[in-house]
Amino acid sequence: MLHDVTCVSLEALVGEVAKIKVHGYRFVTLTGVERDADTFDIFYHFDKNLTLKHFKLSVSKGVSVPSITPVYFAAFLVENEIQDLFGIIFDGLVVDYERTLYLEPETKVTPFCRCTVIRTPGVEPTPDAAAASEDN
Amino acid sequence: MTKTIIPFGPQHPVLPEPLHLTLTVEDEIITEVFPALGFVHRGLEELAIRRDFQQMIQVVERVCGICSMIHAMCYCQGVEELMEIEVPPRAKMLRIIWSELHRIQSHLLWLGLFADSFGFESLFMQLWKIREKVLDINEATTGNRVIVSVNLIGGVRRDLSAEQMKWILSHLSWVEEEIGRLETTLLSDYTVKKRTVGKGVLTREKAFELGAVGPTARGSGVAQDMRLLGYSAFDRLDFEPVVETDGDCYARSRVRFHEVRRSIDIVRQAASKIPGGEIRIKVKGRPEGETFSRIEQPRGELFYYIKTNGSKNLERLRIRTPTFANIPALLSILPGMWLSDVPVVVLSIDPCISCTER
Amino acid sequence: MFKMTPNVIRNLLHKKATRRYPRVTRPAFEDVRGALFNDVTKCTFCGACAMKCPSQCITVDRKDGKWTYELFACVFCGICADICPAESLHQQGEYRLPLPGRETITLQGKPKHNIEKTTKISKEKNDDSKD
Repeated sequence: MLHDVTCVSLEALVGEVAKIKVHGYRFVTLTGVERDADTFDIFYHFDKNLTLKHFKLSVSKGVSVPSITPVYFAAFLVENEIQDLFGIIFDGLVVDYERTLYLEPETKVTPFCRCTVIRTPGVEPTPDAAAASEDN
Repeated sequence: MTKTIIPFGPQHPVLPEPLHLTLTVEDEIITEVFPALGFVHRGLEELAIRRDFQQMIQVVERVCGICSMIHAMCYCQGVEELMEIEVPPRAKMLRIIWSELHRIQSHLLWLGLFADSFGFESLFMQLWKIREKVLDINEATTGNRVIVSVNLIGGVRRDLSAEQMKWILSHLSWVEEEIGRLETTLLSDYTVKKRTVGKGVLTREKAFELGAVGPTARGSGVAQDMRLLGYSAFDRLDFEPVVETDGDCYARSRVRFHEVRRSIDIVRQAASKIPGGEIRIKVKGRPEGETFSRIEQPRGELFYYIKTNGSKNLERLRIRTPTFANIPALLSILPGMWLSDVPVVVLSIDPCISCTER
Repeated sequence: MFKMTPNVIRNLLHKKATRRYPRVTRPAFEDVRGALFNDVTKCTFCGACAMKCPSQCITVDRKDGKWTYELFACVFCGICADICPAESLHQQGEYRLPLPGRETITLQGKPKHNIEKTTKISKEKNDDSKD
């Protein structure tokens, strides 16, 4: 079972992660889960001396999340992967692949939850893409 | 000084799997690295939603070809924790024996590729000749050479008789003798040292900060090994991780070489302490809840997050493989190196890209 | 400097580590997971193998007594052979040889009459319970 899960809010996220770095925790990974039709859960996993600590962030679809790459540089790969597969946009990514890490530029719908339309940072989704995702 | 941009990969003789690095080079010294992944992305995490939780064992085994049994073991451990199943102690020891055999085989493969990366082909052939004996053990005891498919939720599928155990130990003694003969060549040869000592240095602080795992971190002095968690039957065995402090390619290869010896010792301990009893128990019902599971793969820490909701299929399966965590460390050690050292350094983190991209 | 030389001399004096395949082959170990075979006279067409297969390469038609197997989708995991209640599926010790094209094996057998009867009875019971 999951022990030691702390829920954080969008605004407090980067602050909490910076505090945990000072305490000597190592970054493990992020996990994205689709909770229901309107929300995503993002779990942040950290480790110290073989004990895990988790943060849970609930975010509605369409909202962008602040990136933790200024604090933990190693998170850039997994944040790009979540951008590709779930369609969540991370603000302030140090290295941004703009959803070409795994996907081709022609892909219109995110592989993981078919109700989200692919959003490139800085570009609004077109009505065609939204219609295509509804058909799928 | 002119800048040249050189693509490394995705096809390269030294890489076992496709990885693309865009290297910016000024006068043979690397200044910037930019990785590109996605060549073997198969979408296996999404397949978890379409296959039921027992069929997923076979899917999860095929995430990686070299360390397949360990993926299945991590997955089974997670689901067994959710369903509160107590695996029989004999099955736990058997899982350890097969997973350590996998580790030996993976490290011998890596040592061979490492020798090949600086052109020492005859050493590569000798190491793979030794590896063939370990694959023979796999085939005779489980039925397959590499993707062994022995794990089930609730235990293992095959048993080892006392005769087979003696045969395995005699083969492992042969393996130990042979790698002892190659030790002086691999670790004290003048050319090998010239190509590896002082190259690709990863300091202890950087290794910890960038989240490096496995022999990449242990070669830099971070004593971190998931086998100390005591999963499966490791709490009954004496085990200490192998740690070196220099942080260069030579230290990482020493860590992996000594880990082969350590794994042979673990198999001997397990064979002497293995209890009798059944090898699996019947599983009824379906898993419900969420959990995580961690195991030490040959390349580092493997992390699984499993979420189920009582139905036949899983709701979410997240796999974080060790090479995914070691790539940021690789990007920090490449700038400042000569272009001709790049293949050796990229190989020294043991990249398993099919694991990384699932 | 000459650290590999003792090894080289030993290899020259001992027998070869490689085998002259395909003229010389090694006999397969016992219990190797090789090609899959179905003894259709024993098969009851229960469909358990089709349900459990991780790569979904088996299709079972209960009424007609047909067992279809896609040779090239199979990963030879052996789960079907382990759970087959009639023990008609088994794996041979030799691996399947390469073939020039994709093949599907269809086996025709006799569906057992009592299975048809039991399905009819259970269907009627279900209808009663719905009413």
